[in-house]
Amino acid sequence: MFFTISLYVALAIFGLGLVYKASTWFRFNIGVETGKFSAQTRVSKAISGIASVLFSVKILTLIKVFVVDVVLQVRILRQDFLRWLMHICIYLGFMLLLLMHALESFITEPLFTDYYSTVNPFMFLRDLFGLMVIIGIGIAILRRFIFKVPRLKTNAMDHYAIIILAVIMISGVFLEATKITSHTEFQVMVEDYAGLSLEDDAEEIKALESYWVKEYGVISPNVKKPFDTEILDQGKESHEMSCAECHSRPQWAFLGYSTAKIISAVALGLDKANMPTILWYLHFFACFIGLAYLPFSKMFHIFASPLSLLANAVMEKEKSDPANIATRQVMELDACTHCCTCTLNCSAAVFFETFPNTNILPSEKIISIKALAAGKELSEQELRHIQEGIYLCTNCNRCTVVCPVGINLQDLWFNVRESLLKKGYPEFFALSPLSFYRGLMKEDGDNYQKPLDKTREAIADRCELMKMPDKVLPLSNIDSAFKGILNQSDQANTFSGCFGCETCSTVCPVVANYDNPKEVLGLLPHQIMNACGLGLKDLALGSNMLWDCLTCYQCQEQCPQGVCVTDILYELKNEAVEQVKEKPLMERKL
Amino acid sequence: MRFALFLGCNIPARLNQYESSARAVLKKVDVDLVDIKEFNCCGYPVRNLDHQAFVLASARNLALAAKENLNVISLCKCCYGSLKKADHLMKEDASLRVEINKILSKEGLQYDGDIQVKHFLSVLFHEVGIETIKEKIDKTFTDLNIATHYGCHVLRPSKIVQFDDPVAPSIFDKLVEVTGAKSIDWSMKLDCCGAPLWGVNDDLSMNLTEKKLENGKKSGADFLCTACPYCQMQFDTVQNTILSIRGTNHQLPSLLYPQLLGLSMGIEKDLLGLKMNDLPIEGIEDFFTNLEQKEMEA
Repeated sequence: MFFTISLYVALAIFGLGLVYKASTWFRFNIGVETGKFSAQTRVSKAISGIASVLFSVKILTLIKVFVVDVVLQVRILRQDFLRWLMHICIYLGFMLLLLMHALESFITEPLFTDYYSTVNPFMFLRDLFGLMVIIGIGIAILRRFIFKVPRLKTNAMDHYAIIILAVIMISGVFLEATKITSHTEFQVMVEDYAGLSLEDDAEEIKALESYWVKEYGVISPNVKKPFDTEILDQGKESHEMSCAECHSRPQWAFLGYSTAKIISAVALGLDKANMPTILWYLHFFACFIGLAYLPFSKMFHIFASPLSLLANAVMEKEKSDPANIATRQVMELDACTHCCTCTLNCSAAVFFETFPNTNILPSEKIISIKALAAGKELSEQELRHIQEGIYLCTNCNRCTVVCPVGINLQDLWFNVRESLLKKGYPEFFALSPLSFYRGLMKEDGDNYQKPLDKTREAIADRCELMKMPDKVLPLSNIDSAFKGILNQSDQANTFSGCFGCETCSTVCPVVANYDNPKEVLGLLPHQIMNACGLGLKDLALGSNMLWDCLTCYQCQEQCPQGVCVTDILYELKNEAVEQVKEKPLMERKL
Repeated sequence: MRFALFLGCNIPARLNQYESSARAVLKKVDVDLVDIKEFNCCGYPVRNLDHQAFVLASARNLALAAKENLNVISLCKCCYGSLKKADHLMKEDASLRVEINKILSKEGLQYDGDIQVKHFLSVLFHEVGIETIKEKIDKTFTDLNIATHYGCHVLRPSKIVQFDDPVAPSIFDKLVEVTGAKSIDWSMKLDCCGAPLWGVNDDLSMNLTEKKLENGKKSGADFLCTACPYCQMQFDTVQNTILSIRGTNHQLPSLLYPQLLGLSMGIEKDLLGLKMNDLPIEGIEDFFTNLEQKEMEA
């Protein structure tokens, strides 16, 4: 009764959870464009999209992807054999246990009329499948906790997934072991199936019990080894009459049997403490919790990941309906298993060692994007962290190529980046070659130029002197600390050699581009060198010239005095950004 | 001859024809390439913001190659410039070296300046040699005028990159002329392509690109030739954008050096990816037939 109620409660939560999670695919929005489509439109577009694929030649692609990527998981195999072994063990082992063992009354019993869980091959197979899952969990623990893989992040959800699987498997094995050794269980079975009564057939039971202690691992308080062959023969006779049909030898249940051997010393105590029942409850409750929580845990990927693989196999950015792409991108968030393949292959992940922002790592970006998509209120700092993490991406596409569940991560980053930039926070990485790809992808409209202007403004805003129209230089503005910083650097201290010949500004192609360069660029290269010499930090850091520098090194190459002009501009840019970052967030005008 | 191939980020994502054509050409001249899967960004894009992050990224790549005891060949000039700069700093700046190696040691890596970084063109010119390349040439171009674009980050700062004479470089021209094409003189040959500012200041970037294209065209070039993904994308994809935004009329298509050399070596066109460029370059094959026609006429 209790069992049935909790099963139905778990099933109900599981079912509602599935419906809820699937509904978010059509309700949540990622990026700039998706708000345009109502949930209803997205559902109907999805249905027509799926139908048009199913009734076209693309069905062949779907079948191929289903076999190769979903069933055989070749994408994981391409990455790493050990991880493929881990996943295939867990997923195949658990799936077979579910079908043969957990759903025995629905599947195995109707299929095999002679099915008993204690008869081979079923008894052996149950332990074999269990062993597969346990090997998988073992590799997972090795990978997550023993191998120190740099930048591989393990979070609470990864812990949960490993723990719930481990509890289900270990409780199952111990349940089997305590049932093998249990004397109580033996007595119940004798009464129910051998038709013997404890009072009237004491001798016969004793013989049977001796046989079961010797051959089947029961730990008995009544009989002890060694036994007379006569008694054993008698026991064997009763066994063959009443028990043999339903019981293969317990050694076949190798996990349970070896555990039974290990616990044999304490088996009597465990049996008295009613351990088989306790473990039975534990085993089932762990299963029910796993089932009920599945839609809300990373285990939900067992539904979302195959869908992601299939959807990405038949969808194309230009050709597919934008409403369907919006839906797919939300679904992809659920498909992510936090396996960190993306992070381990990421071209930019190395920057995490110097910028303490986990959003640089693709696997962690996904977690932040989940919060964004769910409409969670995020602070300015959190939003800017996500923005920085997403911008610090070289758009090399490796994450998308390697993702084992086929998530189009590159598109996801691009989409989220544009929607974050719209919020108007400056993004310093926008003033770097990281913007090259954004330039290639640009579409008409204000949204493209604004973040670039905002960022320049945020930097210039810090440089008061720069704002003065006629720069009469009050010498009080000399910043000796700034000069000190420049002097410490081997390349920056070359500014002291500058004698103002203006060669750098003369050869600069950027300066040459303008009729009135000072108006556009602020200070020209030779003037910036002068500002460094005078310790006028505001002037050195606030000029547009810094961000319009091509880094073509013409100035540095041609300087007669060996001033590292380009390298100094690099250092000034570092310094300018550092200065704005240091300013408390609250003070800044957005 | 074996090298660790450093592809960088742009080529695998957006310029597959550069990878496939360069591999095909290098195979033809017996240069073995080793792929190191763990390579990351060279650090060039973050130099504006954080010097240490840039050196770390480059040094990690150098350390990975050093672990395999391999010199690095780079197809990208910006990657090349960054790797060379980091290599120089790791040798010269002891305190930076200690700092960077401390971070690298977390994954069992270390770099003490024990390998060499080469660009694709310098490997062909100095390691393989013009004579060897000539032996592999199948057919030569006639009357084909090529404007070589050297690219800033291999030429300057010359003390660090040590690619060629920074004022009068010649190796690229000699490599082009192996194919029978003529490398023309043009005044803006050594100027920047404009790519570093694409996405940052598009107007300025387009101005610089346009000036170069105009200069090349006026100097009689039929095609530009590059050996860097940034320069190539600027002269191909961005030029395409300029043509549509500004409606200018001095189209000068650009092709990658291994595409040019590969054609001359008779390498399969699919490997050279001629069709993958945005601006059509297939017309270049007409310069082969000229010779036959001339012979016929003669």
